[in-house]
Amino acid sequence: MKVVDLMHLLEAENLTKEVSLEGEVTCGYSCDLLSWVLAHGKQGMGWATVQSHVNVIAVSVLMEMACVILVEGVEPEDATLAKALEEGMPILSTEKTAYEVCGIMCKAGVAVPGR
Amino acid sequence: MADYIIRDSYPVQTAAYESAGDASARIKRKLKQLGIDSAILRRIAVASYEAELNLIIHSHGGELIMEMTPKSIVLISKDVGPGIADISQALKEGYSTASEEARDLGFGAGMGLPNMKRNADSFDITSEVGVGTTIQMGFQIA
Ligand SMILES: Nc1ncnc2c1ncn2[C@@H]1O[C@H](COP(=O)(O)OP(=O)(O)OP(=O)(O)O)[C@@H](O)[C@H]1O
Ligand SMILES: [Mg+2]
Repeated sequence: MKVVDLMHLLEAENLTKEVSLEGEVTCGYSCDLLSWVLAHGKQGMGWATVQSHVNVIAVSVLMEMACVILVEGVEPEDATLAKALEEGMPILSTEKTAYEVCGIMCKAGVAVPGR
Repeated sequence: MADYIIRDSYPVQTAAYESAGDASARIKRKLKQLGIDSAILRRIAVASYEAELNLIIHSHGGELIMEMTPKSIVLISKDVGPGIADISQALKEGYSTASEEARDLGFGAGMGLPNMKRNADSFDITSEVGVGTTIQMGFQIA
């Protein structure tokens, strides 16, 4: 599915209005340890995290992810938003927990990376 | 020494969390312009990001050096201390001495050095306590 479809499914808010949501979400993941994500991240990933620091964008761009999903209403820092806009990385925001987000993605058939 | 055709150095400051990843992003951009294959580029980018973050989190400052030869890209991370007492322990997945501050930002999984090793075709680390750490990683491009 596209990032925009995932946004509707999660009832999430798009925090990066200027960025295209047409990218394809090919797998889903949740983890808050950045090096762990660098070991397991994949292209096209929808990544749910509570990390709001600018390094989240560095990691998601490195992995060529589809979008970052900030869970439990976590707000990105200004630098994070600015970097996301600059790099064209969509940030979705939701009140749901990472657990719920992953449940929804799994149910919708979003793949587990590497499987 | 090496018969490189390009050699760039990028200084990295201690605790520069706000600009973390900038040096790696510059290296990635440059290599992309040079037409490096995207799968190799991704491995280089992960390794350089991990090396850069270790300089920021654990070192007293240092530099990332990118050398290009006709057959390979060589990434070197060099710092001025504090050095690593037990390298084999540092290389273990899950081992980390990252500060509370770094952990709050999502660092400290103890996966950085293993990630570098996994992504590079060759990996060499030397360290002396009180002097510094040097990591050299090679990536075949031809
Ligand atoms: N440049 C360095 N100078 C001094 N010590 C280092 C350096 N790089 C790594 N270390 C030591 O090796 C340990 C393991 O490094 P590694 O990159 O694998 O994990 P980490 O940086 O602690 O966490 P992560 O990389 O997963 O965020 C560090 O916690 C630190 O004790
Ligand atoms: Mg590290």
